[in-house]
Amino acid sequence: MTAAPLIEVEGLRIDLADGARHVAAVEGVSFRIDRGETFGLVGESGCGKSITALALIGLLRRPLSIAAGAIRFEGREIQGLSAAEQRALRGNRIAMIFQEPMTALNPVSPVGRQIAEMFVLHKGKSWREANQLAVEALANVRVPAPERRVKDYPHQLSGGMRQRVMIAIALACDPDLLIADEPTTALDVTVQAEIIELMRNLCAERGTAILMISHDLGLVANVCSRVGVMYAGRIVEERGSDDIFRAGAHPYTQGLVDSLPRLGSRAALGRSRLREIAGVVPAIADFPSGCRFNPRCAQATEICRTTVPETTWLGAGGLVRCHHHA
Amino acid sequence: MKLGTSAIIGGMLFALAIFVGLFAPWLAHTDPVMGANLVNAEEPPSWIWWFGTDAQGRDIYSRVVHGARISLTVGIVSQLVNSVIGVTLGLTAGYWGGWWDDVVNGLTNVMLAIPSLIFALAIMAVLGPGLTSLLIALGLTNWSFTCRIARASTLSLKSQGYVQAARVLGYGDLRIMITQLLPNMIGPIIVIGTLGMGGAVLAEASLSFLGLGIRPPYPSWGSMLSEARDQITTAPWLSVFPGLAIFLTVLGLNLLGDGLRDVLDPQSRSRRT
Ligand SMILES: Nc1ncnc2c1ncn2[C@@H]1O[C@H](COP(=O)(O)OP(=O)(O)OP(=O)(O)O)[C@@H](O)[C@H]1O
Ligand code: SF4
Ligand SMILES: [Mg+2]
Repeated sequence: MTAAPLIEVEGLRIDLADGARHVAAVEGVSFRIDRGETFGLVGESGCGKSITALALIGLLRRPLSIAAGAIRFEGREIQGLSAAEQRALRGNRIAMIFQEPMTALNPVSPVGRQIAEMFVLHKGKSWREANQLAVEALANVRVPAPERRVKDYPHQLSGGMRQRVMIAIALACDPDLLIADEPTTALDVTVQAEIIELMRNLCAERGTAILMISHDLGLVANVCSRVGVMYAGRIVEERGSDDIFRAGAHPYTQGLVDSLPRLGSRAALGRSRLREIAGVVPAIADFPSGCRFNPRCAQATEICRTTVPETTWLGAGGLVRCHHHA
Repeated sequence: MKLGTSAIIGGMLFALAIFVGLFAPWLAHTDPVMGANLVNAEEPPSWIWWFGTDAQGRDIYSRVVHGARISLTVGIVSQLVNSVIGVTLGLTAGYWGGWWDDVVNGLTNVMLAIPSLIFALAIMAVLGPGLTSLLIALGLTNWSFTCRIARASTLSLKSQGYVQAARVLGYGDLRIMITQLLPNMIGPIIVIGTLGMGGAVLAEASLSFLGLGIRPPYPSWGSMLSEARDQITTAPWLSVFPGLAIFLTVLGLNLLGDGLRDVLDPQSRSRRT
């Protein structure tokens, strides 16, 4: 194992350009993921989880841009790479699957061809070899009769099957990091559990690290060993998954935990929404000063409205950013 | 894929024209240019001279059959050139946007403002008559609709999940355009191409009729019409048969194009899936 982490994000700030004005949509975000590790980012809609992921693979586009900080993959800064070097990482070393298996596949191309394309593109295989590898890749994601399924078009497959195809595509080149952005939100709860299990097993077998993004704390904690809780563009707490549940230190984290159904299986945890935290995430332009959670926080005091809380280190590499943390 | 009856009729007419063009040397009775013999001048249609003969005694049937070669070559090749230009410009403009989009848009607007036949006429006037000039003139002047459609399709397809996903998977711009964008817009492009081909056959006829396209004695349907102009009352078969050939070919392409539109139209596609 090398000394440098697989991916390291340091002081990331993402600006949203609004005419001549620039506002920080994401600010001071730092985390690291080691080889084979599973890390989760949780937070309500609009916290900046997806744009953080896009920044990792060098795909932020106007009006968003990286304004400060560094993203290092195996010690090399992503922003310093040429466009071609970045493309060679994407899909090959860092892969990503999305929420929408319905639309993430090309409707006029057989799924086998879309998998095979990865081998042609990144591994320099011939189409002949690539087509064979595509059948294997489909078999790996437990699609029955893969040699027939490769000829199917996306509309011939169910949502769960399509998401399996997406996973096959993402894992085709044996990436070092898989980013899963809400990979199962669009699926039925039972299918959801299957897909998550499949993804987790495949990554564990291959030593692929996972960055899992979701607003579902239960789901993320289930898959990941460490969790970063994001609120309004900042990471407010980062802990081991067990610690988060047992003793969330940040009022927002506690709110997330409280909003989960108390009883029930892991599958039941899947669909929870954050009903119990009153209010919504403010728009980027309206982020409050001080701690951004203060308008919604029951424990807020004067200092919370004026001063951004410092990082407090907790045991076992955990951290929290709150003036009055537990 | 279910084509309507009219589209099948159209396809058959077009296939017939292609067949005739391909096998012209075997189907023709005489050489279309050298087969002149004043003994047989101005014969009306008969069992021997199916479509009659002209003032020089040339067999009109043989000339119409050979004319299919030239007319269809011009129609197909020039429309292919138009499609390639239109798709390339429209796709890249829609995909990259920015100043390139402005340039392509400006160019398209200019092309749309000038009637393409007038534009082709001007090019022919500069290049002089002949097959090559015809291909250039007609190939460069009728891509604006294709370009518009390709650009509009690109703009709407660009935000589709699979195009974003391709970027995330490390596809380069060219690969995205060829694998994700082009196949998803090919339906309307084919429809416009088919209709445009009919237009090109007509345009060839018009230019040749005006003496700017294929020059006599070589037979294109347009040049035959041009030659027949003075004898339209005395020997109407000289005009009727090449005219009929143009009519049936263009009709066939239009029926086929309309039929393909019904099948390939993105809306009817989404209704089926
Ligand atoms: N292209 C864009 N232009 C302008 N604003 C954007 C753009 N993309 C994202 N944003 C804004 O950036 C913020 C963070 O968005 P992001 O998509 O990262 O949220 P998220 O945490 O992934 O939420 P969700 O759970 O809904 O996916 C949001 O306020 C969003 O409105
Ligand atoms: S810093 Fe203050 S407002 Fe922010 S979470 Fe802590 S107690 Fe609440
Ligand atoms: Mg998101």
